Amino acid sequence: MTAAIQTRDLSFAYKDRPVLHAISLSVESGEMVGVLGPNGSGKTTLLKILSAVLRGQGEVKLNEKTIGSYGRRELSRLFAVVQQEVRVNFPYTAAEVVLMGRASYHSAFALEGKKDLEVARASMDLTDSLSFSNRYLHELSGGEKQRVMIARALAQEPKILLLDEPSAFLDLKHQVQVFELLRRLNRERGLTVVAALHDLNLAALFFPRLIILRDGKIYRDGSPKEVLTEKTIEDVYGIRVRVEQDPVSEKPQLFICPCV
Amino acid sequence: MKVLDRRKMILVNGVLLVLLALSVVGCALLGPIRLDLSQAFQNIFAPNPDAEIFFRARLPRVLLGVAIGGGMAACGVVLQALLGNPLACPQMLGVSGGASLGGILGLIFLPNWLLPIAGGLLGEISWVPLAAFLGALLSMMLVYRFSLFHGRLHPYHLLLSGVIFNSFIAAIIMFLNSIVDFYQAQGLLFWLMGSLSTRAYLTVAFIWAYVIFGFLWLWAKGLSLNLITLGEEAAMQLGVETGALQRQVFVASSLMIGAMVSVSGMIGFIGLMVPHAMRLIIGSDHRLLLPASFLAGGIFLCWADTLARTLLAPAELPVGIITAFFGGPFFLFLLYREGRRKLTL
Repeated sequence: MTAAIQTRDLSFAYKDRPVLHAISLSVESGEMVGVLGPNGSGKTTLLKILSAVLRGQGEVKLNEKTIGSYGRRELSRLFAVVQQEVRVNFPYTAAEVVLMGRASYHSAFALEGKKDLEVARASMDLTDSLSFSNRYLHELSGGEKQRVMIARALAQEPKILLLDEPSAFLDLKHQVQVFELLRRLNRERGLTVVAALHDLNLAALFFPRLIILRDGKIYRDGSPKEVLTEKTIEDVYGIRVRVEQDPVSEKPQLFICPCV
Repeated sequence: MKVLDRRKMILVNGVLLVLLALSVVGCALLGPIRLDLSQAFQNIFAPNPDAEIFFRARLPRVLLGVAIGGGMAACGVVLQALLGNPLACPQMLGVSGGASLGGILGLIFLPNWLLPIAGGLLGEISWVPLAAFLGALLSMMLVYRFSLFHGRLHPYHLLLSGVIFNSFIAAIIMFLNSIVDFYQAQGLLFWLMGSLSTRAYLTVAFIWAYVIFGFLWLWAKGLSLNLITLGEEAAMQLGVETGALQRQVFVASSLMIGAMVSVSGMIGFIGLMVPHAMRLIIGSDHRLLLPASFLAGGIFLCWADTLARTLLAPAELPVGIITAFFGGPFFLFLLYREGRRKLTL
């Protein structure tokens, strides 16, 4: 096994406001990791550094090579990112947006070829978004839009998929569908998945490894059972919860105590 | 799955190219003196008044209009994409203003500085386009810088600072206009209102060279422009070197705007109107949108200028009046529609 992502002593500050402190973590190729933590704990910043949008202090290695030695085109074939917010200022159809994921595979002067169309169609099929491929992105609901963005990420044929709260705008059914899709891609294609997540119960059900951040530091890193304890949740989120094991999945699940 | 294919590229550009060719010939035939096509092409080398009017008086002007209309539309397309703002255009961003100021400073202070072409054999070219280019580039960078906070571009600030910058520049221009002598002032004013009157094929060729160079440069960035409309971060993650893209687009479009403004003054609203109309018709893929907008912009200005010189013939309206007359209401309509559709501005 090789480390797909490795950071050592990674720190980052926006101007004088520190966001990440000395993050050292290693994600093996083929792992599926959920990153948890309250708002402002540094999840999004961490993902941005890993996708080379921001540059932190310290070492970041992808497939054993430092991130700085990659060109952006090369990176976009290794990595795909699903962002938290989707901005569309111009009328593009869903299919056009998904095809943008193929940009680093063909020349800047060429139109998309047969292979590109096939990959795009397969990605839309996987995310259940083929039925509205000809509709404009700004006409779609939040959930539909999110599925299109995941399809675009898959069209990049990445080795590593980074997601920033992929289920934020989705209803329960589509949340579960997205997580099932991620798990399938992870198991069948060996895709490495790193996702920032808010829903702790869903995270426990689908992600074999969880990392919880507090104030820009790794507070716990391990299996759901190790990470999601009543004490950790109280320390990190400042609320009292009851954690019990779900008898079917044998994963820990949280129950919120409204008394506090 | 409907996406851009070669068939659509050829079809759209082909149709527009034919329309453009028809417009060029048609517009050159129209005017206070009616010309007959067969007459104009008969005995081109013998003394022939129809051919004289067609080739000497009207054709250069029509060709200049095509270059400038196309160039303005292409610049509008790329600025809108780059700044993530459907309402961006050279005028709104203060770029034409900056180019005008540069050009005016050139006209006032270096009127006699001429650059000889081929050792003076082919005539001389004025420095004004270069001054206008510098003005355009500087103002574009300035407005951009004033809308950038923590590395993020704020579209709201961008529009506001562009508009304010434009009025500021206008004040400087008016001031300059009132301190120069009367004849110079009148020349400046006419230039500012926008006009395509020219007789010189050399000027036309010169502007075409600038415009085509800039256009091809921008067209080569078509795919990256598609990606950057999803936002800077998304574009980076899809493989675009966004910083380099921004710099190249700024330089290429400033070059075009500078050259265009230096001969024709401020001809507004084409850069706003044409890209929008084309997006509605053919979609937003910049690999097609750019050439199609270029051709459509050429067609539009061709006819607007014909209107400008025939409406009150033999008197002549500045063509900027015609484009603004159609462009102003169109802009308001867009603003209203965007507001209702709630696209992020």
